[in-house]
Amino acid sequence: MNEVRLSTTTVLQRPRHLLGIEPLTAEQITFILDQAKPFQEFQRHPLKKLATLRGKTVALAFFEPSTRTRISFATAAARLGADTMNLQAESSSLKKGESLIDTVWTLEAMRPDGIVIRHASSGAPDFIARRVDMPVVNAGDGTHEHPTQALLDALTIRDRKGRLGNLNVTILGDILHSRVARSNIHLLSRFGARFTLSGPAMWVPKELECLAPHVRRVSRIEEALHGADVVIVLRVQSERIHEPPVSLDDYVLRYQLTPERLGLAKPDAIVLHPGPIIRGLEIDPAVADGPQSCILEQVTNGLAVRMALLFHLVSGAPPDAPHPAKENAA
Amino acid sequence: MILVKGGRVIDPASGTDAVADVLIDGDRIARIGQAISAPDAEILNAAGAVVAPGFIDLHCHLREPGQEISETIESGTRAAAAGGFTAVCCMPNTQPVNDNAAVTRAIVERSASAHTRVWPIGAASIGSKGEALAEIAGMQDAGIVAVSDDGRPIATAKLMRQVMDYCRSLGLPVIDHCEDPSLAAGGVMREGPRSIRLGLKGIPAASESICVGRDVEVAALTGARLHIAHLSTRASLDHVRAAKANGLAVTCEVTPHHFTLIDEDVVYDTSHKMNPPLGSRDDRAALLDGIADGSVDVIATDHAPHHPASKDVEFDRAPFGITGFETAMALALSELLHTKRISLARLVELFTTGPARVLGIERKLAAGSPADVTIFSMDYKWTFGASESASRSRNTPFDGREFRGAPMVTIVAGRVVFRRAATAAA
Repeated sequence: MNEVRLSTTTVLQRPRHLLGIEPLTAEQITFILDQAKPFQEFQRHPLKKLATLRGKTVALAFFEPSTRTRISFATAAARLGADTMNLQAESSSLKKGESLIDTVWTLEAMRPDGIVIRHASSGAPDFIARRVDMPVVNAGDGTHEHPTQALLDALTIRDRKGRLGNLNVTILGDILHSRVARSNIHLLSRFGARFTLSGPAMWVPKELECLAPHVRRVSRIEEALHGADVVIVLRVQSERIHEPPVSLDDYVLRYQLTPERLGLAKPDAIVLHPGPIIRGLEIDPAVADGPQSCILEQVTNGLAVRMALLFHLVSGAPPDAPHPAKENAA
Repeated sequence: MILVKGGRVIDPASGTDAVADVLIDGDRIARIGQAISAPDAEILNAAGAVVAPGFIDLHCHLREPGQEISETIESGTRAAAAGGFTAVCCMPNTQPVNDNAAVTRAIVERSASAHTRVWPIGAASIGSKGEALAEIAGMQDAGIVAVSDDGRPIATAKLMRQVMDYCRSLGLPVIDHCEDPSLAAGGVMREGPRSIRLGLKGIPAASESICVGRDVEVAALTGARLHIAHLSTRASLDHVRAAKANGLAVTCEVTPHHFTLIDEDVVYDTSHKMNPPLGSRDDRAALLDGIADGSVDVIATDHAPHHPASKDVEFDRAPFGITGFETAMALALSELLHTKRISLARLVELFTTGPARVLGIERKLAAGSPADVTIFSMDYKWTFGASESASRSRNTPFDGREFRGAPMVTIVAGRVVFRRAATAAA
């Protein structure tokens, strides 16, 4: 049998993998966000290419369709100077019956320095991390976690609100099936956030209240928005709408984030959405394009966060190494 | 001849609990008594060990015919013997399904050289598809001891009524895997805080108890003998208790993994994936109470071997099931006896007269009885290693677990089929 080489899901001072937010401490999260900061500046630089990871290769293994996350990781790797190996579900040998672990071992045999995994099965990155000898980054697994999304959301919130502590966070939509919601709850709860979850009851099961302290469920969106500092709108996964059946028209009627409803939140509340957004379904275009919306900042911050992660997980640099973006600017 | 000397003889059928010698002659027990002398006999020194009637496993999967990559009758019964079992009841979900006398006969013939007795369970419906009744009488003549569509529930209340009516006339028990497939669909673990945290699709507890409730009602309608397989929830147990209180012939079994582990123990390791899934802490507490108060009749393994290639995959893609023969008794000793939840006699009953009553047979240690004997230590310290298992499969959450108490010698029809290496009892 293939030997299980390393189990590093435990919280190390310096984690080898990023499998989820749940194992991370507030200090580790703050470190990543601080490291992402100079990379935010860097995105405005006219020449967006560093040599930090020159000669390194990052495998991007996307076993589930993805556009924005895959492009974000590929761009982050490129701007650090790394090469990428791309695997997409459509073109993979999975269709020929190869198992996940055989596919990953095949990629590993080409000697990448790290692997980024998106997979429809919860726990797939954890499964892989116990069987390969390279850093594993979870780019979204099933309905489990999407840690880089939570990190980029946290960076966005910290920029706009000036803090991560003492926030009322309202999450709207299909929370049961949302890995983004889980990662956000794990992350922001490290800093003491209070959560209000709202959506059709079958998408907001009571067990969600066990994910963190200070999680409550509210049936009416108007009540859920009252006093919110941060509103996270989740995409209505219409490909999943049959399970359980919810009429889209009903959803718009009861749960769409409209300007009137947003008015019930604090005046300086911000609106986040992990994308892709469906205008006119979960969010009114006036909100998506309004001053409280952070949707495009989130996308830019995604690059900064992913560059910081790849730099630290793939380069092997010590935590106190000089920051490549600062070094370059100097 | 074999003379088992100086063991603590526990025989639930007669209420015996005494140090005695057991003399086996041929395939029968010749005598039980004090200071038996038999100069020609092979002596098994059982001092400090327990000598019990042969353990019966009412629920296992031997995978033959059809899935020999995962298990065979030979490898499965070798593992069963190592677990102290002298007879195992194999479920019909083989390939082809054991739904006719030809398949039953093939299993019986292949079992002639097995390490334990093999008592097949026949399918209730053709192909276990839940449509038409299988050839149950034909299978009965070929050797089945019960019927079940295990792996799935008997599909509808109407079919269950037919199966029960028919089996009542044949004198066979009906065993059901209770699950509402519409509620359970797509689920891979028990629905609850842990499934939400792991992002794994949950199976609600009600999926099982709804079906148990249905079956108990149909048992009341027909008067048939109903046995609930791998019962795992408090609500299911409440149905069984109520049925017993009403005088119905309803029994149930609990697996060692369900009385040992809970949903909070589940990690992304497919050796934690089985059906029914591991229940809540409260369910486990209910099962332990039921085992202690007699509501639970049987401990059964649901030994479900799967080849590593099929289990070493993403959690939601793996098949359900774990192996169980070699750890069942040790888990019962660790979790039930050493914790003082039940007595030694009750523990033996759960593996012997309990399953025997479900099957409508006797199980005892007495002169003239078949020489099926399980000898075990309550204190022997050992560590279970899946890689050393006699099973062809390795899918167990108990790999590396340390135990106090173990099967030492297993005797089937007067023949020693298992002897623990460096055993204190031999």
